[in-house]
Order: sequence, then structure tokens, then C-alpha cells
Amino acid sequence: MSRIVGIDLGTTNSLVAYVDQGIPKVIPDADGRVLLPSVVAWTADGVLVGETARRQLARNAARTVYSVKRLMGKGYEDVKDELRHLPFEVVPSAEVVKIKIGDREVTPPEVSAHVLRALKQRAEAFFGEAVERAVITVPAYFNDSQRQASKDAGRIAGLDVLRIVNEPTAASLAYGLQKLAQGIIAVYDLGGGTFDISILRVKDGIFEVLATNGNTHLGGDDFDRALVESLLADISRHHGVDLSRDAEALQELRMGGEAAKCRLSFDERTTLTIPFERFTYSREITRAEIEALAAPLVEATLGPCRLALKDAGLASEQVGEVVLVGGSTRMPLVRRRVQELFGKTPRSQLNPDEVVAMGAAVQAQILAGGITDMLLLDVTPLSLGIETLGGIVSVLIPRNTTIPTMAKEYFTTSVDGQTAVDMHVVQGERELAKDNRSLARFDLAGIEPMPAGMPKIEVTFLIDANGILQVQAKELRTGKAASIEVKPTYGLTEAQVERMVEDSFAYAEADVNARLLIETQTEADTVINHVERALRQAGALASAEERARIDGALTALREVRAGTNRDSIRECTVALNQATAPLADRMMEAAIKQAVTSKRADQLLEKT
Amino acid sequence: MSDYFGVFGLPRKLQVDGEALQRRFYELSRAHHPDFHHGADAARQAEALESSALVNRAYRALREPLARVEYLVALEEGRETKEGDTAKPKAPMDLLEEMLEVQEALQEAKTSGLDEAARARLAEERERLRARQAAEEAALIALFPEWDRAVEAGGDRKPLLEKFKKRLATRAYLRTVIDDLSDALGEDQDTHVSHRRH
Repeated sequence: MSRIVGIDLGTTNSLVAYVDQGIPKVIPDADGRVLLPSVVAWTADGVLVGETARRQLARNAARTVYSVKRLMGKGYEDVKDELRHLPFEVVPSAEVVKIKIGDREVTPPEVSAHVLRALKQRAEAFFGEAVERAVITVPAYFNDSQRQASKDAGRIAGLDVLRIVNEPTAASLAYGLQKLAQGIIAVYDLGGGTFDISILRVKDGIFEVLATNGNTHLGGDDFDRALVESLLADISRHHGVDLSRDAEALQELRMGGEAAKCRLSFDERTTLTIPFERFTYSREITRAEIEALAAPLVEATLGPCRLALKDAGLASEQVGEVVLVGGSTRMPLVRRRVQELFGKTPRSQLNPDEVVAMGAAVQAQILAGGITDMLLLDVTPLSLGIETLGGIVSVLIPRNTTIPTMAKEYFTTSVDGQTAVDMHVVQGERELAKDNRSLARFDLAGIEPMPAGMPKIEVTFLIDANGILQVQAKELRTGKAASIEVKPTYGLTEAQVERMVEDSFAYAEADVNARLLIETQTEADTVINHVERALRQAGALASAEERARIDGALTALREVRAGTNRDSIRECTVALNQATAPLADRMMEAAIKQAVTSKRADQLLEKT
Repeated sequence: MSDYFGVFGLPRKLQVDGEALQRRFYELSRAHHPDFHHGADAARQAEALESSALVNRAYRALREPLARVEYLVALEEGRETKEGDTAKPKAPMDLLEEMLEVQEALQEAKTSGLDEAARARLAEERERLRARQAAEEAALIALFPEWDRAVEAGGDRKPLLEKFKKRLATRAYLRTVIDDLSDALGEDQDTHVSHRRH
């Protein structure tokens, strides 16, 4: 049997990991990088994934998709309010969200499949053998549609997804290998796009989730958006320019802002410098400023924490350990708030970006039979119910029920000779069906004609260990299995997934070398563009000798770029980067000086 | 393995050692959880899924005393397979009269909104009902040893069962009123569906 890998399919970055002699390890790419940006770009030369796609974000904004995890398992209605933040086009549709790339439409699982395929190829290159089976993590608070969409993505990528496992619980497994104390632990997981809190009891190798809560639409992305809004206002004030409709500028601001945000987790202040075509925007940002922007979002994570504690029947003092997961927990503000809530210093020894993938690898090892003393008992995060008369929900499986679990419900007919019954399954905590998440409509057909009220149809709702619903029906008088047609509200049908799987085979056969060449060429293009712009803006800062060296390197790169020799393109790209390094330093210095001067001018203005 | 008590190898008694139950739950999980049967054939995997689902439901039904007695009553009355019943609990007659005033206050709040005084009154009423609910639950649990003795002696358990039913109905009714009060006060909106049912 082939290996099973663990995959963290993240909002911002994705990783793949495996267990090597009892130790979970993340798998690097050829350049030693472990984080694969969850970005997919459609270019004239083909589809790019990861770092090369990330570089397309500003130049090719409309055809470069990022943070697609936030769209997984969603309908157009769910996401239309945030579309103004996204530079790519989302097509109105009654069903699953579709993204328009040129003249074709792709669904979020297809986009995610590109990321998964890249991780699969990375693992295959690393092991030197085919990798076909995986455990994929999802936020604990993901509903059935979002889980199913993640599983579909795996299938489209040619992976047999053996298990969908919750991110915070996966993290607890990774910590568990490092001798986590027995007792009650809370896992606080704030990632790029989602927030989860899980309360577990760890005892004798059993990881029993007592309660989970969260928000699948709250994470680092939201901090970045708040920062971009504030930067846009600042630019409009100081430069009199409105960039809010300029997709490329928005991406530059988002990426620059995100990087500044990350630096501010370690430094008290940082300088943000973004060279636009007509001017260079440069300013200082302090940690206090970013914390003021992030405070309401961090505050929003505390309510779910309290609810999870309440559902677990525990007071915060009873929590023995708090574990931090997800890149956003690097923010000192997050650490302070979590510490205040639980009254203890949270743990974060394991890299918060890598710990989920490592946990997924541990779960993969459990499924492979390689670990037999650890077992994860997870819960379903949301109550599952059916719509009854008057639109009221009848709860069949309450939230925080340990999975797998099942419930049975009995249906009958209301008209003589009726041969079909339909039911509407929803997920959520509200009393009315319309306020909850619609999962699917089921048509129970093939009931023998009988007087009204005579048939007794037993429907079994089973939530498996992935947190995914399976439904079976049986007519008890005849003992015949009733056929069920499932119409997922916001999901792909079996036939659609099947077609995407077939499409992906054609794609997988494409020459890997050709892809690598495209990636190298794209990287060269990016560098050439940057250098050309720098020379236009600040060519005067370079000495004649430097200028000659840069021009030489630039010409050399342009020449090899036209060819197909990947190694020489790479070498020339590196050479050009080196030639421009002194100029880049000087430009940065100038920008900082300018920022400080304009700041002084601001202060003067404020005082008068 | 006919019922949830049977799953844990327990007689139909109400006093249960929580720690022993948890230990047994972990043992049964290790034996049945699908994770440990991943390499098996499809039939065995389906079996593991079903038995593990049964173990989980059984543990949920038995670990809390009140859920346990609710399950026991359903089991003794032979309706344990009927789940997801949507009927609102009927109020016991004596309670109904007592609640008339609260219901009126609630109705008023719905039609004409809440001023400070009405708010305070509803909150106070809710506290009183919560205390009453707690007393009802304590009285229920106090009946457990009597039930267990009846099981051991093989005596008539019908009268006790009726007592359980009455107290459970009272408790369920109190819950709905408390939830309605919370609704009117604009609190706990997001948690009350599962409260009502559990």
C-alpha cells in the first residue's frame, strides 16, 4: 500500500506532512520551502500554483484566485457581500459559487484541487513514488457542505481522501505526540480565514473533543482587509488618490500590509513602502495602530470560546492547557486576550503554521495502522435537523455530539397513493429552517401506493467520522429500501465531480517540465518588470558602473527568457537580482527618509 | 446490545459510576472506532461505523443523570427508537395556572416591548424559575436509589416511572418558559434550540 500523507489545506498557505519513524515532518519543495501559498493563477502559459501564482496577484489580479477556502461549499448569496474585496469575478448563480476566469468558470473545489495537486506532486517528488491517499484538514466549524467541498477537491486532484479531520483536533494530536499533559486542553486556532476553538479531554491516548465552536469567516484576511481600508483612507488624504477600484493597487496594498502586520508581531514599529507607478507610498505603522484595527476581530473570537466552554460544561479555570494554532496567533494582542480569558499562558512550542499538517500526518499514520495507542473522538460542530411543518426545525443530532453518530426519523404520507416524500435537511442552531444552513433536499421515492398515513418510512441520518452526513431510507411495511435523490443546496453533484475528475486526468498528463519552465519564465518576467520600473523611477540613484552592470544582466536575462533552458533563466534571474541589490537598498533608504519627512510635516500640520 | 444500558453491559439502573462509564466508553471506542478498521473490507468498515455510532449515542444518553432518566423512561415505555419528536411538552395542570401570569407578562412584552421595570420583572421571574427547575432536577435524582432498589427486588416500577414522567414534564415545561423569557430578554438566542431538546 502506498503512503498516506497529511494535508493542511489552508486559506493562505497549504502544507503536506508525513510521519517519519514516529515523528511528524512537513515536506519541503525543491527550494526548501514548506508553505505553499494557496493561490492559483490562470496565465496565457498555463495554470500556476503557489509562490509563482502569488507573484501574479498584482499583475494578473482578475485571473489569480486566493483565499478560495472562504468560498468552499458556499452559494452566491452567502458571499456577495464580500465580493468587493475580491479582485476576481464571482458569477451569480443559484447553486454553488463559480469564479469566472476569462471565458471559463471554475468552482472553489476545482481551484483547491490545483493546490492539492501541487502538494501531491511535491510529496511524490520527495518520496520518489506515487502518493494517492491523504488525510485533509478543515476548520472544526465547517458545515457539511464545506466538508464535502473539501473532499471533492481531493478527489478532483486524484487523491483518495481517507479522512477529513478538524484542524484544532489535528493540532492536538501533534502536541499529543510531544507528551501533552493529561486533562482538559483548549485549542485556539486563528488562521488566515477561519477561527476555531475546541475543548478536549486528553486521557490515556484518547483525544475526546467535548465541545467546539468558531467562525468560518474570521481570520488574518479580515485583519488585512481592515488594514487595507485604513491605508486607502490614508493614501486618499495624503496623495489625493482613490485606489479603491484599482485591483492591482489593492493587491499591492494587501500584500504589503500583510507583510507589515507580520513584522509587527515582533517589532513595535515598521515602515511600509509600496512603489506605485506615479508615487511611492511610504509610512510608518506601529503595533498599537494594527492592534486598534484588529481589536474588534480578536474580541469576536472570545464569544465562541465562552460558548464552547459552556457546552463542555466547564469553567475557564478547569482548562489545564491552552494551545495556540494558526499564523494569526503570533499577534501579541491575540496572546494577551487568550491569556486573559483562560487565566494561563498559552503554549505555542510547535510552529503554528505547521502544527495542523503535522497532526494530519499523525491521523494518517493512525489510519495506516502505524499508531495504535492514540484515538481521536471528534464532534459535529452544528446541530443537524429537518424542516417540519411551519418551517420549524426538528433537531435530530445536536451540536457537539461525538461522531460517528446516527439518528432515525419516521415519515409517512399525507395523501392516498402518494409514492414520494421530500425532506429538507438543515444545519445550525436557529429555530426556523430558513435561518439555518440548507444542506440538501432529499426525495424519497418508490413508496408502494397505500392509503395516507399507512407507509412507515424509516430514515437513518448518519454522520461519519469525517463529520459528513449519509442518509438511508427504508419503508418498514414492505422492507424495501426507498431510493433517495440528493440535491445538495450548495454542493457539486456526483456527476459534476466525476466530470471534474476526468478533466483533471487530462491535466495531470501535461508535461511537468513544461510547467516548471513556465514558472521559471514567470519569475524572470516579474524580476524584469520590477527592475524596469525601478530604473524608470529611481535610475538616477545608480552609479554609471552599477547602471552598466544592471543593463548587462537585464539584456542577458531577456535573451535567455526567450529560450527554453530553465537553468540559465534561473541563473540570469539571480544575477539580475544581485546586480540591482545596491540600488534597491538606496531606494528603500530614500523612501524611509521621505516617510519621516512627510510625517514631520503631518505633525506640524496637526499642531497648527 | 439491545439498548444503551446493554451497550455498556449495565442493568437498567440509574445510579452510574461516571468514571467507570467513561473508562468503558474509551475501551469500546478503541474496539469499534472506524479509524482502527481502515484496512478492513467494506462490510467490516460499515459495521464499525454503525457500532461506533451506537456507542457514542449510548454514552451521550447515559453520562448525564437527567438525560439518563429521560432515556430510561422512553426505554421502559417502549418508544426509545422514536427520536426527534417535535411535540412541545405539555404543561402539568397545576403549573399551568401558576404560569398564567408569566405568560401574560411575556405576551405584553411581545406586543408593547420592554421597559426597565418589565425587564427587571422578567429577569427576576426567570431566576425564580431556574431555581424551581434546579429543585425539580434534584428531586428527580433523589429518586434514583429507590428505582435501583426496585430493579434489584424486581418490584413494581410503574408508580416510580409515573413520578419520573411528571417531574420530567414539569422540567421540560419550565425550560420552554425560561427559554421564552430569555428570548424576550434578548439573550441566549443562539443556544436555545439545543437547550430545549436536551
